[in-house]
Amino acid sequence: MSIIIDEKTRVVVQGITGGEGTFHTQRMQEYGTAVVAGVTPGKGGTTHLGVPVYNTVADAVENEGANASTIFVPAFFAGDAIMEAAAAGIKCVVCITEGIPTFDMIKAKSFIKDKDCCLIGPNTPGIISPGKCKIGIMPGHIHTPGSIGIISRSGTLTYEAVDQVTQLGYGQSTAVGIGGDPIVGLKFIELLKLFKEDKETEGVILIGEIGGTAEEEAAEYIKAEFTKPVVSFIAGQTAPPGRRMGHAGAIIAGGKGTAKEKMEALEAAGVFVAKSPAEIGQKVKEALS
Amino acid sequence: MKIHEYQAKQILKKHGVPIPQGEVTDNPSKAREIAEKIGPKVVLKAQVHAGGRGKGGGIKLVGNPQEAEKTAKEMIGMTLVTHQTGPEGKLVKRILVEEALDIDKELYIGIVIDRAKEAPVVMASSEGGMEIEKVAAETPELIFKEYINPATGFLSFQARNLAFKLGLAGDTFKQAVKFIMTLYRAFEATDASLAEINPLLVTKQGNVLALDAKMNFDDNALPRHPDIREMRDLDEEEPLEVEASKFNLNYIKLDGNVGCMVNGAGLAMATMDIVMHSGGMPANFLDVGGGVSEEAVQNAFKILISDKDVKAALINIFGGIVRCDLVASGIVKAAKELSLDVPIVIRLEGTNVEEGKKILEKSGLSFHPAGTMKEAAEKVVPLAKP
Repeated sequence: MSIIIDEKTRVVVQGITGGEGTFHTQRMQEYGTAVVAGVTPGKGGTTHLGVPVYNTVADAVENEGANASTIFVPAFFAGDAIMEAAAAGIKCVVCITEGIPTFDMIKAKSFIKDKDCCLIGPNTPGIISPGKCKIGIMPGHIHTPGSIGIISRSGTLTYEAVDQVTQLGYGQSTAVGIGGDPIVGLKFIELLKLFKEDKETEGVILIGEIGGTAEEEAAEYIKAEFTKPVVSFIAGQTAPPGRRMGHAGAIIAGGKGTAKEKMEALEAAGVFVAKSPAEIGQKVKEALS
Repeated sequence: MKIHEYQAKQILKKHGVPIPQGEVTDNPSKAREIAEKIGPKVVLKAQVHAGGRGKGGGIKLVGNPQEAEKTAKEMIGMTLVTHQTGPEGKLVKRILVEEALDIDKELYIGIVIDRAKEAPVVMASSEGGMEIEKVAAETPELIFKEYINPATGFLSFQARNLAFKLGLAGDTFKQAVKFIMTLYRAFEATDASLAEINPLLVTKQGNVLALDAKMNFDDNALPRHPDIREMRDLDEEEPLEVEASKFNLNYIKLDGNVGCMVNGAGLAMATMDIVMHSGGMPANFLDVGGGVSEEAVQNAFKILISDKDVKAALINIFGGIVRCDLVASGIVKAAKELSLDVPIVIRLEGTNVEEGKKILEKSGLSFHPAGTMKEAAEKVVPLAKP
């Protein structure tokens, strides 16, 4: 099993004809993801990388039965693209685009609230259920099918964790990048709930970073309801306050959102907290033994 | 992005938010002229990107135009130290000369994006003039909040709720409601991330004005606000950070001596952390981007080595989509061109890592290879020790 996506997932790529869209669609196809359509307004009726291109997401849903989408359109158009996908009945939207203005995301999230649609990202490497389906830009080959669920606010740091886990002989059920922006779609709690129900997932790695309170909220949920072992690492223990550390959401504001607070909250919830990023794999071993 | 008080007030004025009369200048005799026009009594305010200016001597009340010129002469060119500037302080280049008003009450209005609620929130407090974090910690019951529904926008009744809770009445109440509504409009129209009026002034005549104004903006939205982007004051920023931003590199200068170059923001923070756990201190945060192009590596090297505090560097690259052999060639090329003289520890992992390592070995350059992040950190820290 896996969460959100599997071999039955049918993906439409929004922005398929652009440079990034083209490159990563090819990588997804190589991995075996069923990319069934692309969308580029004005290029409907053409074919790109062997898949039909439509003018609208609604057309792709109607003609190809697409049930998931991934977004590679430029930042100022990405909020609109999310809402278009949700309006067309797409169940899972994975928005790779980085740099979307916060107000655009506030509108997009408010729009999808009452729709049967989950948003992953923006500013995310995407989601992968190894061996089944990959939607996003992460390197597929470092992943192995297995029993560890991964939820992360980061990209390459997630690959690091995946790698450590794989070296120790554990694979991943599903790895999800929730995105590095202040306002993102699915967060830790929603994903923990899904991993809780997933029989294949035996433990979860939660990779957080400074800024916001998502990790503290996750800690409360874990303490109250989550029964599987959780390992966590929080990046940014050495980050100065008031500075945006690469990710738009990674900022300690008004003294709040420090790594220390998050690590303490998670430790109090019984989570195995790795102080150093090199200890993530080791902590997984400890947690599962 | 941050801007100066006088710039924030220009934006507010454009949107109809009442501000005191005043002008900005870098010239003492101009300060006298402004005082002659709007004075005689005026307030001189140092324009730097830092709070706590009053206590540091950056805000002065003067009685007449001659005194305005004399005080302006002292202030322009002074180094202002406040609790937000650090001990090195900030050079005052400009001052805002404003009319002196009769203060009846000092209130607080602030607008930020609440990340947990995923909506803007307008906050009001009767405790103006103080640091709002302090009020929030000590007397949270004195802060009133209204969250904005993105579908409807900020509603009049919400502004009335806040103005009533501030204890206002009559014409002052009406002015305050209008003030809060227009302030929110300015916040939304400019894609601000913070708009803070502290204090919001009620004069003895019952008028409502923004005595101070602080605005920050969403960097992601700046391309659609060229007028605001032009307000960026590079003098207020770390020179190396300004240089890095020209190459679209995320670079932040820190206090340590271990230079770090990493692909991806999360991994970059984690690398800083592991340097600390190994007994060293990072000299910087530097994210060359998930893709690590050769050009990015070269530019990143230039930035890294122009920081004189850097005694050794750690390059940590997790090659995913990008291949390690390409990254290695880029590193070798950049290192040769720049004739680096600090020891460099390199940790490569991911796609084509063996080919990448061979390229580094064959380069003839004395890189220190490392297999894991931990090993890399443990190698670089002693190399950075004097």
